[in-house]
Amino acid sequence: MTLQTTSHTFLGMPPFPEAARAALANTQQRRNLAHATATIRGKRALVVGEVERWEELRVAGADAKDEALHHLPHYLEQLEENLTARGATVHWARDAEEANRIVVDLVRATGSDEVVKVKSMATQEIELNEALEAAGISAWETDLAELIVQLGHDRPSHILVPAIHRNRAEIREIFLREMGTVGRAAPEDLTSEPARLAEAARLHLREKFLRARVAVSGANFAIADTGTLVVVESEGNGRMCLTLPQTLISVVGVEKVLPTFADLGTMMQLLPRSSTGERMNPYTSMWTGVHEGDGPQDVHVVLLDNGRSAVLEDELGRQALRCIRCSACLNVCPVYERTGGHAYGSVYPGPIGAVLNPQLRGTSSPIDKSLPYASSLCGACFEACPVRIDIPALLVDLRTKVVDEASGRSPEAASMRATAWMFGDHRRLEAAQRASTLAGRLLGGRSLRSIPGLGAWTQARDVPNPPRETFRQWWARTHGDDEEAGS
Amino acid sequence: MSAREEILSRLRTATADIITQPGARGEVPVIGVASPGPEQTLELFAENVADYRASVTRCRPDEVGQAVAAALVRARAHVLLVPDGVDATWVEPLRDSGIRVVRDEGLTADQLDGIDAVVTASRVGIATTGTIVLDHADDQGRRALTLVPDQHVCVIRADQVVHDVPDAVAMLDPVRALTWISGPSATSDIELDRVEGVHGPRTLDVVIVS
Ligand code: SF4
Repeated sequence: MTLQTTSHTFLGMPPFPEAARAALANTQQRRNLAHATATIRGKRALVVGEVERWEELRVAGADAKDEALHHLPHYLEQLEENLTARGATVHWARDAEEANRIVVDLVRATGSDEVVKVKSMATQEIELNEALEAAGISAWETDLAELIVQLGHDRPSHILVPAIHRNRAEIREIFLREMGTVGRAAPEDLTSEPARLAEAARLHLREKFLRARVAVSGANFAIADTGTLVVVESEGNGRMCLTLPQTLISVVGVEKVLPTFADLGTMMQLLPRSSTGERMNPYTSMWTGVHEGDGPQDVHVVLLDNGRSAVLEDELGRQALRCIRCSACLNVCPVYERTGGHAYGSVYPGPIGAVLNPQLRGTSSPIDKSLPYASSLCGACFEACPVRIDIPALLVDLRTKVVDEASGRSPEAASMRATAWMFGDHRRLEAAQRASTLAGRLLGGRSLRSIPGLGAWTQARDVPNPPRETFRQWWARTHGDDEEAGS
Repeated sequence: MSAREEILSRLRTATADIITQPGARGEVPVIGVASPGPEQTLELFAENVADYRASVTRCRPDEVGQAVAAALVRARAHVLLVPDGVDATWVEPLRDSGIRVVRDEGLTADQLDGIDAVVTASRVGIATTGTIVLDHADDQGRRALTLVPDQHVCVIRADQVVHDVPDAVAMLDPVRALTWISGPSATSDIELDRVEGVHGPRTLDVVIVS
């Protein structure tokens, strides 16, 4: 079993409860997140409610991914054959380092010292930008949210909207301060009106698109029986990158394969409605190798393992590889909404991150040990997931593994057991939280750290006065309705 | 061992417990809504396209030219790009309008950036989502043409509009480059509010011909 190496960025990450404590203290971020996730939950519920056969679609989506995953070698070989027949060059990368080396070499061969990039989880995961930078190649992120993150010297905190933790005023400041240092400066009279901010991004990036000779992308789907790659996006930055440069390099996780083109009939219904809460996203590009006289004539696809084969080994755990990165599970998660994405110590935050990171990287680091506990097992993520990944079941399974590994001896293992015990049964959790709320009223100003039986999570919150309403109570009050509408 | 061999071997080991053959799941299920009738499908299409804040005009075949001209005037376009395969009658009324018509003679990205608008046909429309799919045949031109100019006037025949997503997927030829367009370029990246107009055409005009 070959796991992914945890990158230096996240290696020293504190366990989730500690990281969450810092995030919870950031009121601005919590406010931004609460607003954003409430908006998207409402939109998703509306457009999912429109589709009568939603449950059938979810089953078909899960089946399509399972078909591909169960026979992954077969479908990968088919994909490779079709891509090659259509003029693309296929590369294979065992891990992040190998993938980065392949991409750096390809860019060097073109003589270009810059690339434009379409938002891609896979390239974030392998930290391609850093590798390019080290090779003297500038990587320009072109997705608006990625641009905000890149210009803000920040890290993404959401799969779909990586700058979800930033509000418009902060974005304006970042644009004014940073755009001029890497290209066309933001207009001096820039306001925080979203339309003006989008316009500033348009102007800033256009000169980069027009002169770019190399683009790097990921892919939402790779169709085995045709060799077609699919990129789903909103702004047109994807189309720019996929169309204007001469050379296109796509880094694609091996789990992105779909058996047939017809499966898009299912996926193109599930993905947009689950992710941005739209009937369809503004733009989807599909390309099959090289199209003569149209778009990039030098087309490369890097198929990436980086721990995925290890995830596939686990009969129960492999369903996590169905994930189409829609982010619906993040948007409905009461823990994510409160802590934000950074606390998960990975490019994959939220419920799916709590599963996928320990699966991909193993459970040796403090952050990966604690992630399976970053959930109250309320089940909202499973209900929202368009490919029916049973995230709560996977979390419970991972908890067992963490506890087994620790052999129940270390104090850490003991605290894990306490948390597991508490989170393992929702009545216990509710009782503990009610007790803590009640205690808050009784305790006045004193800290709750010493209350026995409340476990690590209470400590992480570090609240001198427990809230009058726990997030579970709050969840029941504010989400009860849209839960029903959404499922 | 090459990376390819090693990855494939890891994946084979990982799936050693699977006993079914590839394709055992059978035909891909077609899950969509059937059209309640051509006129309802067309109406739903028009409604959903308009919902993205694209402008929608319905007209007869002999009125396309006027509809295109009106869209260009609304957006104050001065230079119009016309792919070679476009029906000439669509641009006929522009002759004395002062709007300059240009052809794609291998225009560079910079040259395209100086063009205000492009008019194209389309391959298929999807009613339930308000989507237009281009397959970049001669009457639509290569992909850059409908991307760099700030206005896209897209003409679609009523008989090209299907009801649901799987109907469209079944009609498309994956060997061609495909672009699915649902409204003008937009972003939800700032506080998850949808804002129209980022990098792709900020104005989308759809002309439905029946
Ligand atoms: S786990 Fe499911 S809901 Fe979460 S991002 Fe992946 S596909 Fe979407």
